Amino acid sequence: MFSNILIYFVVIPLVMMLGLALCRNIKQIRAVAVTGSVALTALSVWLLIDYLALRAAGATEPMLWVDSWSWFAPLNIHLAVGVDGISIAMLILTGIILITGSFASWEIPQPKEFFLWLILLSTGVYGFFISIDLFTMFMFYEVALIPMYLLIGVWGSGNKNYSAMKLTLMLMGGSAFLMLGLIGIYYHSAPEGQQLTWNILEISENAAISLGWQKFLFPMTFVGFGVLGAMFPFHTWSPDGHASAPTAVSMLHAGVLMKLGGYGCFRVAIYLMPQAANELAWIFLILTGISVVYGAFSACVQNDLKYINAYSSVSHCGLVLFAILMLNTTAMTGAIMQMLSHGLMTALFFALIGMIYGRTHTRDIREMGGMMQILPYLSVCYVIAGMASLGLPGLSGFVAEMTIFVGSFEHSDLFHRIFVIVACSSIVTTAVYILRVVGKLLYGPVYDQHHMSLTDAKWWERLSTATLIVSVAAIGFFPNFFIDLIKFTFSPDIFKVIGLN
Amino acid sequence: MDITIPILILAIPFFMFIFLGLAGVKMSHKLAGTLGTLGMGTVLVLSYYTAFTYYFSGNPEFIDGTNRLQAVIFNQTWLQFTPQLAIKLGFLLDPISAMMLIVIPTISFMVHVYSLGYMHGEKGFQRYYAFLSLFSFSMLGLVVATNIFQMYIFWELVGASSFLLIGFFYTLPSAVSACKKAFIVTRFADLGFLIGILVLSFNTHQLDFLPMTQNPQAVLSSFEGVSFLGASGLTWALVLIFTGGMGKSAMLPLHIWLPDAMEGPTPVSALIHAATMVVAGVYLVARLFPLYMLEDAALMFITVVGAATAFYAAMVACAQIDIKRILAFSTISQIAFMMVSLGVASKNNIAIHEGLGYMASMFHLFTHAMFKALLFLGAGALIHAVHSNNYTAMGGLRKYMPITHITFLIGCLAIAGIPPFAGFFSKDEILTACFANGTFWGIWMMMVAAMTAFYMFRMYFLVFWWDNPDYAKEHHGHLPHDPGLAMSLPLIFLAIVSTVAGFIPFGEFVTFDGHEYHIQLNWAVAGGSIGIALVSIFLAMWLYGKKNDKPRRMADSCRWLWTAAHRRFYWDEIYLFITRRIIFDGICKPIAWFDRHVIDGTMNGLAYVTNKASVAIKGFQSGKVQMYIWWYLMGAVILGLIVAVCVL
Repeated sequence: MFSNILIYFVVIPLVMMLGLALCRNIKQIRAVAVTGSVALTALSVWLLIDYLALRAAGATEPMLWVDSWSWFAPLNIHLAVGVDGISIAMLILTGIILITGSFASWEIPQPKEFFLWLILLSTGVYGFFISIDLFTMFMFYEVALIPMYLLIGVWGSGNKNYSAMKLTLMLMGGSAFLMLGLIGIYYHSAPEGQQLTWNILEISENAAISLGWQKFLFPMTFVGFGVLGAMFPFHTWSPDGHASAPTAVSMLHAGVLMKLGGYGCFRVAIYLMPQAANELAWIFLILTGISVVYGAFSACVQNDLKYINAYSSVSHCGLVLFAILMLNTTAMTGAIMQMLSHGLMTALFFALIGMIYGRTHTRDIREMGGMMQILPYLSVCYVIAGMASLGLPGLSGFVAEMTIFVGSFEHSDLFHRIFVIVACSSIVTTAVYILRVVGKLLYGPVYDQHHMSLTDAKWWERLSTATLIVSVAAIGFFPNFFIDLIKFTFSPDIFKVIGLN
Repeated sequence: MDITIPILILAIPFFMFIFLGLAGVKMSHKLAGTLGTLGMGTVLVLSYYTAFTYYFSGNPEFIDGTNRLQAVIFNQTWLQFTPQLAIKLGFLLDPISAMMLIVIPTISFMVHVYSLGYMHGEKGFQRYYAFLSLFSFSMLGLVVATNIFQMYIFWELVGASSFLLIGFFYTLPSAVSACKKAFIVTRFADLGFLIGILVLSFNTHQLDFLPMTQNPQAVLSSFEGVSFLGASGLTWALVLIFTGGMGKSAMLPLHIWLPDAMEGPTPVSALIHAATMVVAGVYLVARLFPLYMLEDAALMFITVVGAATAFYAAMVACAQIDIKRILAFSTISQIAFMMVSLGVASKNNIAIHEGLGYMASMFHLFTHAMFKALLFLGAGALIHAVHSNNYTAMGGLRKYMPITHITFLIGCLAIAGIPPFAGFFSKDEILTACFANGTFWGIWMMMVAAMTAFYMFRMYFLVFWWDNPDYAKEHHGHLPHDPGLAMSLPLIFLAIVSTVAGFIPFGEFVTFDGHEYHIQLNWAVAGGSIGIALVSIFLAMWLYGKKNDKPRRMADSCRWLWTAAHRRFYWDEIYLFITRRIIFDGICKPIAWFDRHVIDGTMNGLAYVTNKASVAIKGFQSGKVQMYIWWYLMGAVILGLIVAVCVL
């Protein structure tokens, strides 16, 4: 079991939790958190290098490092692992956000408990990305969701009880749909008389789910994951949840957890039920299209920085699901790019908002102004994050959005193409709400003279933001590397739905 | 051609931006300014070398007999979308990009030198030079694009650098709103550009320029049978792409950002908002011109938009007080001249060589860049001297600032179209092309040319003649004076260029199809245009030559028109209404309300109902054992009764 490299993505966090439990002071806690997350990132980079080498050597299987250990034989539940380029990209993203999140919560109160829950959450995330067994995948998914309640409820701010409850309940509601869907898939996973399975690869190979059942199970799983992907109208947990969550939790949640939704949508819903996806995509296309435009317009009139960013996330994550539903290679590749790009840049936003909030004790843009004069470093980072968000070439947002738009516009149906144009219009709205914040918060005269005495970023804050900016720029400068990494999975051989279209 | 130099042309300003951006804080102003200027100087030399190699080397890569070719120096795939569609980053040398390789570094270098004096001691000096480098990089990348998406990338980047430079004085609320406005308005236009690119690429499966422009018939046939809402697919694509150009080049109705962009430092206005970035729209149309020639409807659209803008901007320029605003509207009007010139160059234009309008447009782009940069830099010197943007604070300055006066006069003569200054030649070609297309366009543009001469000389006389205010008293004993060497040298250089640039045999270098085109002055048109320009100048002199109350009486006699023109015919108010009342109040706020009350209300309602339901039934779980036994017995009895009833 321990000969498979993938298992260490779960083992390391568990060891970290053990280490944290033994820590005596904050220095040790920080050391464990940083060492562990760096180790995880290093491991995923190592995996990436190895993966590229294997693919270059001619490996053509959809997933590599596939392994499976029986867990509960009567129901054929396994701990099955396997990764492809997309999972590896997600693992690296998680690692980066975990490192930067640790730095961003350098001075959190009750650090031991906080980091314990945070690492438990990331165990769930890592486990989810490496799993190819639907049951264990679902288990890890739940492991990632539950700590959220405590992290927001205990370390949050504002109306935190309400937000924590709302977030958890809405996501649990989604899980209920999801669980129904997954069990349904299990019972139709193999042809009559053969052993049923939870393994994604086997289910896809069997292709035994009838169209009638697909039409029932596809909406179940898509909505189940879609709730976490902030799909309209199940997105309202996001603004309240983010607004109340502490910095690192917001970063991890918007940066990685919301990606679980998009990831599940294509890895489970579309991959396993291609025919239904092809037939029913238009319904969800309308919903996600609404998310894109609606989130952007909502963000224009918010005054709380976190609300602005949460609605912006609704818009950007809507674009992820929108592109996935276009069901062609380019658009789906763009969706994954957007997941990476949004993960990094929204983490950057939340880190910066947390740092500004920690200094001014307000997130209301009407009560701040002229931060560029007071906090030049943080303000410049904010402008860069904003530019990434509104899709400036050279940063990650541009390549992701353009891949999505060009790919989606290749759709042969005129209705779809017109819908793409509607989604495109969000680039203007995005510029409006980003520049509104830049103009009000960063530029202009100083609003509150008490802010004049604030000090600029500390070293750990600089490290955290600089890492994220470098990552955002790396995607923006060398998109083809990431595109190639992702594209492999979205070939018609692996994703049958692409051939149907 | 070796690829080292083209790469360096793009790489030097880019690395200068990164370097000054990261390390600038630690540098002295002098070091940062010198580094930036030296970097730009190197780029200047390299791009002159490249352009001269292109035009004069006779290399078979660039010229075939007398036919100039389009050469791709390098083309690197940057982002592969589909097997056919990819964003490539490359370097295209052809007559117009080589011309831009002269224009951009020249103006940029002059502005770098000038700013050493103008921005002296300003806070954020290093940042200023970093942004200038970013802009130069983006603009150079735009003009050498081999791929429509490369152009879009750099198109966005010039927009962003323009945003950063307009908002350079970011503590001033006016600068903040100006930079936001500029970015958002051009972003809106870029949406059109993007959709145009999508439509074009969907049908042609092409993003590279050369396969499209060298074989326009193939593009036309790929659009065979495609139409939408009554217009052909290609017309849609071209008009949408032109929308992007309307935004950047400040055509009606997307012009509103340019006058406000004057909030930026004056050298920036000279570089970005007069000479280079704002002509990107003209350049875009010129780049895709073989496609535009296929669709008369698209060309007609360009002509109408251009002609309307030219006239509108000239009207407004006559009633402005701020000299930078006058120059801004003059820029809008002159760019519209270039647009019209492209628009009238239709293939149905049998009266004259179809390439005339194209050539004239590019010629005007070149000369306009020189004299408009000169005028802006001159305006900067004036503002520096009297610390005000308004001509009401000036007057009689010819005695105090002789160098500025002479160079400014040369700029005014050039733009008014008086021979032998540069503007005369290019404007004459444009008017000839207009007349060849139709007398209406000819007369219309001739009228705008007359207005141009009038408002420029109105400003000239008001600034340098008119009254002679007591400067010593107003400025605590300091008299206005000519600027230092760093600022005067660019003025003198550009004045010389504006004087002689008209004699460049432009048709030999830049033509629509690469074939040489001999410019012949059409004296019927030229004579007419000189005549009306002189009349306008004398009219301006009569009105503004000396302090009098004729201008005031004239304005009073037609007060509503003057006010309307002064308020720019209320476009800003219209936009304010649309954004505030319709978009913010009518769309954003209702959506936010809907989200808070309807969607969240439903969720909260569900929670509320669940809560109430559990409260209602929670009494059953009271923990009182007696109650449990009671319910148990009752249940048993009822069950027993049911069984009994069924059995019996």
